[in-house]
Amino acid sequence: MDILKFLTAGSVDDGKSTLIGRLLYDSDSILVDQLEALQKSNRKNDDGTIDLAILTDGLKAEREQGITIDVAYKYFQTEKRKFIIADTPGHIQYTRNMVTGASNADLAIILIDARKGVIEQTIRHSYLVSLLALQHVVVAVNKMDMVDYDEEVFNKIVKDYQRMAGKLNLNEVTYIPVSALKGDNIVYKSDRIHWYKGKSLLDHLETVPVDIDDSTDHARMPVQWIIRPQTDELHDYRGYAGRVLSGSFKVNDKITVLPSGFNSTISKIEFFDREPAEASAGMSVTLHLEDEIDISRGDILVNAQSHPKISQLIEADLCWMDTKPMDTSLMYLVQHNSKTTRCKIQDILYKVNINTLEQVNAESFNLNDIGRVILKTADPLAFDAYQENKPNGGAIIIDSRTNLTVGALMFRAIAD
Amino acid sequence: MSKNKLNYLDDLEAEAIHILREVAGQFEKPALLFSGGKDSITLVRLAEKAFRPGKFPFPLVHIDTGHNFPETIAYRDEMIKRIGEKLIVGYVQDSIDQGKVVEQKGKNASRNALQTVTLLDTIAQHQFDACIGGARRDEEKARAKERIFSVRDEFGQWDPKRQRPELWNLYNGKIHKGENVRVFPISNWTELDVWNYIRRENIPLPTIYFAHERDVITRNGQLMAAAEALNMDEEDIITRRNVRFRTVGDMTCTAAVESDAFEIDDIINEISASKISERGARMDDKVSEAAMEDRKKGGYF
Repeated sequence: MDILKFLTAGSVDDGKSTLIGRLLYDSDSILVDQLEALQKSNRKNDDGTIDLAILTDGLKAEREQGITIDVAYKYFQTEKRKFIIADTPGHIQYTRNMVTGASNADLAIILIDARKGVIEQTIRHSYLVSLLALQHVVVAVNKMDMVDYDEEVFNKIVKDYQRMAGKLNLNEVTYIPVSALKGDNIVYKSDRIHWYKGKSLLDHLETVPVDIDDSTDHARMPVQWIIRPQTDELHDYRGYAGRVLSGSFKVNDKITVLPSGFNSTISKIEFFDREPAEASAGMSVTLHLEDEIDISRGDILVNAQSHPKISQLIEADLCWMDTKPMDTSLMYLVQHNSKTTRCKIQDILYKVNINTLEQVNAESFNLNDIGRVILKTADPLAFDAYQENKPNGGAIIIDSRTNLTVGALMFRAIAD
Repeated sequence: MSKNKLNYLDDLEAEAIHILREVAGQFEKPALLFSGGKDSITLVRLAEKAFRPGKFPFPLVHIDTGHNFPETIAYRDEMIKRIGEKLIVGYVQDSIDQGKVVEQKGKNASRNALQTVTLLDTIAQHQFDACIGGARRDEEKARAKERIFSVRDEFGQWDPKRQRPELWNLYNGKIHKGENVRVFPISNWTELDVWNYIRRENIPLPTIYFAHERDVITRNGQLMAAAEALNMDEEDIITRRNVRFRTVGDMTCTAAVESDAFEIDDIINEISASKISERGARMDDKVSEAAMEDRKKGGYF
């Protein structure tokens, strides 16, 4: 059994919280005391049934305002899979929250209100999903009960969406007509939508393949910590601890340490009480090298045959996440895996109007702005293009005055 | 070329080890908050996997309310001997003796709220800049929004509105003087994941997690261990039953459930079919629906 991480994009009005509540409720993932608390609450649907949206509300402030203002994580499990839901708010002022939720998701559910069809918000959410390079997209056309389960309505929305998606780099899109309120096609296939021949939403989530890149080409492991017991019996022990980002390492593989460029060979792979012959993407291990080289936290071990790009001048997509606008005269910090160095926004190439996808000129970025920039770093970074190798292509910008995370970077290429 | 992701327990384990190593790499004086419960026991195993054959780059810190189950303390001391790491204990009794907190009176008196003060004092005294804890997001809905690296001000306060965005597996541990970070490596685990992991790894647990015969009383509709700390009187009728505890908190606020789960397999079966979620067995959450959120803002674990 593996884990599928998915994101739900949509606003309260689209019935997003109800959809998640329905998934949890119909898959028996709500425990009795939570259910009791639910029944005690005053919020009910018009027909007197429990308002399932309450299940995903978290903070007092949100209960008061009736909106989801942050990313909330929910967990449930079926016999086939474990699921982690990132429930993110849909309004434009919470774009950064959606970017955050999308950064760790394998799949996005984009909610469309059957009565409204493809709207500005749909374009914005789909753009973010393509920017963050999610593997799979599900377009859930919700509130089908409000349009008499009409096939024509659904087909028109699919056609509109396909036309819009053509402009975006979306990998794979699945369309499902649902009613979260009535439970149609969420967990169980609905007789009321007999014309739909595909899977229910849960069935799709349980079976969609989640792949990782484990080709040796992209073997990357940032060094997080160096294990040196310095005891009598382990006097010369020196292990490089880290989590393999992508690709795989095998004993006897030739590796390069970046940014120094020294080469060596893997002599041993350790994992606690085992010595596996191979360490592949996602594994946290300790690597040993044949040669004694100067390696510290922030360095990255890579396959000697396939180096990432190395540069101090990097073209990247950027989402600004702070209420304080970007200051191009200011020195920030950039954190890329275990490496942190100073940086500046050297140049702004353009900003994207994320409702229309138009590129516009900009002097600075405000909260939730997205666009393309040239980043200049104090130390060189060893990165891959985000769209090609996500785990080594993302980074954050930190404002050293406030220590807040103020930007999300998706690296593209070395800037000339 | 591609293949499926890791098995879910391996995946969760690798993520937690990565987080622990980030703590080691990013902070000057981290600590691991050890409660004696299964979640912090799991953290200790994960720390072994992250740092062996080296030593942990942090001590274990236990806040002793003085009303802990004796079984928990016995387990703690045995474990410390076994793993050979450093333990620092902060005593709530010391905070009471110093007049920093006042002991509650009456039947529902509990030292649970007092331990926040002892914890903050211990953090200040040792100048810890990061405290690793075993909280999970599935425990309670306020926790569902907590970051893995969660910044606290010098009063230990958590501000849900000023949380940093946390992207990919990049954890921003930058803080100002006086602040510290609470780190939750098993945020993404559920109660069932923890139990399955403990079974897979064969990790020993305090005996109170398993069904045993014990004198209990009924308080507010829940079974509590009959102990001096509960300020019992004639109205409390002691009965002897087969019970176990689903969490290992203070005796005054940790309710027992009737159970015949003597082995870990029984417990996993029991949880899989459970009708009461884990925190449902803790009285301190019953006070109000927003109880957890209020307590987190105040610096509770």
